[in-house]
Amino acid sequence: MKKLINGADSVVSDALTGLAAAHPELRVDVAKRIVTRAGGPRRGKVGLVSGGGSGHEPLHAGFVGHGMLDAACPGEIFTSPVPDQLIEATNAVNGGAGVLHIVKNYTGDVLNFEMAAELCAEDGVEVATVLVNDDVAVQDSLFTAGRRGTGATLFVEKIAGALAEGGAPLDEVASVGNEVNARSRSFGVALSACTTPTAGKPTFELGEGEIELGIGIHGEPGRVRAPMAPAREIVRVAMDAIHEDLPLSGDTLVLVNGMGGTPLIELYVVFAEVAAYLGERGARISRSLVGDYVTSLDMQGFSVTVCRLSEELTRLWDAPVQTPALRWGR
Amino acid sequence: MDTAFFVAWIEEIAHVIADQRDHLTKLDAAIGDADHGANLDRGFSAAREALASADPPPATPGDVLTLTGTTLIRKVGGASGPLYGSAFRQMGKTLGDAPEVTPAALAMALEAGLAVVQRLGAAEEGDKTMVDALAPAIRTLTAALEDTPADGSYGPVLEDAARAAAEGAHATIPLLARKGRASYLGPRSIGHEDPGAASTALILAALSTTAAATAAK
Repeated sequence: MKKLINGADSVVSDALTGLAAAHPELRVDVAKRIVTRAGGPRRGKVGLVSGGGSGHEPLHAGFVGHGMLDAACPGEIFTSPVPDQLIEATNAVNGGAGVLHIVKNYTGDVLNFEMAAELCAEDGVEVATVLVNDDVAVQDSLFTAGRRGTGATLFVEKIAGALAEGGAPLDEVASVGNEVNARSRSFGVALSACTTPTAGKPTFELGEGEIELGIGIHGEPGRVRAPMAPAREIVRVAMDAIHEDLPLSGDTLVLVNGMGGTPLIELYVVFAEVAAYLGERGARISRSLVGDYVTSLDMQGFSVTVCRLSEELTRLWDAPVQTPALRWGR
Repeated sequence: MDTAFFVAWIEEIAHVIADQRDHLTKLDAAIGDADHGANLDRGFSAAREALASADPPPATPGDVLTLTGTTLIRKVGGASGPLYGSAFRQMGKTLGDAPEVTPAALAMALEAGLAVVQRLGAAEEGDKTMVDALAPAIRTLTAALEDTPADGSYGPVLEDAARAAAEGAHATIPLLARKGRASYLGPRSIGHEDPGAASTALILAALSTTAAATAAK
């Protein structure tokens, strides 16, 4: 394992120290692992808190700032944050209008956010939760942990963040977050596994001619292993899975997301195939994003997320945003 | 079993989890995200330190388990933090302020811990989770209590319970995971031991080891 680290145990703290040095517009509590906007809560504005394991950068700390999150709580690598962090972040961003928790659907994230929300409610802070579960590779049934939250998390954070910035009440901010999640679907593909600093070796072995279809964002293997194929065929598998679950038509927002170790040129090759696929079905790409946004350390691969837009969602997507990893219009 | 016994149990857990850290991580890498060993090691080391530095020190077995659970919730994260943390806290609450714990009271406390895990995780036996190690251990313990030796020695009973937990963990290998991160793999989760069941078996093995060490004194 070759990594630019000082030690496996200090990676998260060292990266937060770097985030603080690079972004004075953020307040970074390295010891408590809480990232907030430097300005503090705005009176009467709904606060947005998200969090999850580290290793998915820029998610979530890279999305703290005007028009998006008010706070992010990074956990250990691929491990959800603990309730103490979430409670402190919730209190720190509460401007009196309540706080929205944006939670990716993994057992650990859900349990820790639930514990925090219960304790905040006991202390009189109004908390609502949006659970993101956009990954079509996982069957949603009573007999599984349910679909994972992946790329759509960024869409929820951006769009709910824009509505909150405009002064909307908590129930409306939660409702638009749920709507974005309901209109979004994702599918991920890995060409290689990732290596966590503590494990020191890849989380699974893939042969030279093999890929994993239906991966999550924690280096867990996918649902099936398949032979390597041209980008066009791989994209077709991903898009078919999405299209079967949510027929694609009308205006769409498309994220072609790198998993951390994928050259941008390949992501554009993938985007071309996604565009061709949508074109064949009469859907329009009206907004798009290409790059590393919801990563899995050094994994080579991509995920594609499609959201069926409405006029209102498009307006909120276009609203000004100023965060380390997403900024426009301001 | 007194307060010192329960402190010794937590210390033994911290020791055995640190020892088996890489093994747990390897199990987790196969069907999860390769962090179970590191997370539990961090949590139980913190629990051991919390017990050693608590001022005033824990006065009852219930205090020991409650402080352990709170520390796990605060330090571990992931699913295992809330699940193990809530289980230990519930066990602590169930024991109340009794200064001595009988095997029967311990069985009831474990039963209450299991109920919390099942409520939070919505897991049934056979879903390939820690429940698959804990439930058979409690069944064995409860059944064995009916014929505890007249001298009240509980060592062999806890040894049987630990064995049942280990067998339960081993029996998760052919199962299809239906809860937790391994469930994302579908049929590919078959053929691997569940890391949560494996760590639960280690925790119950530590209980048996602690009993044997106490009896030897």
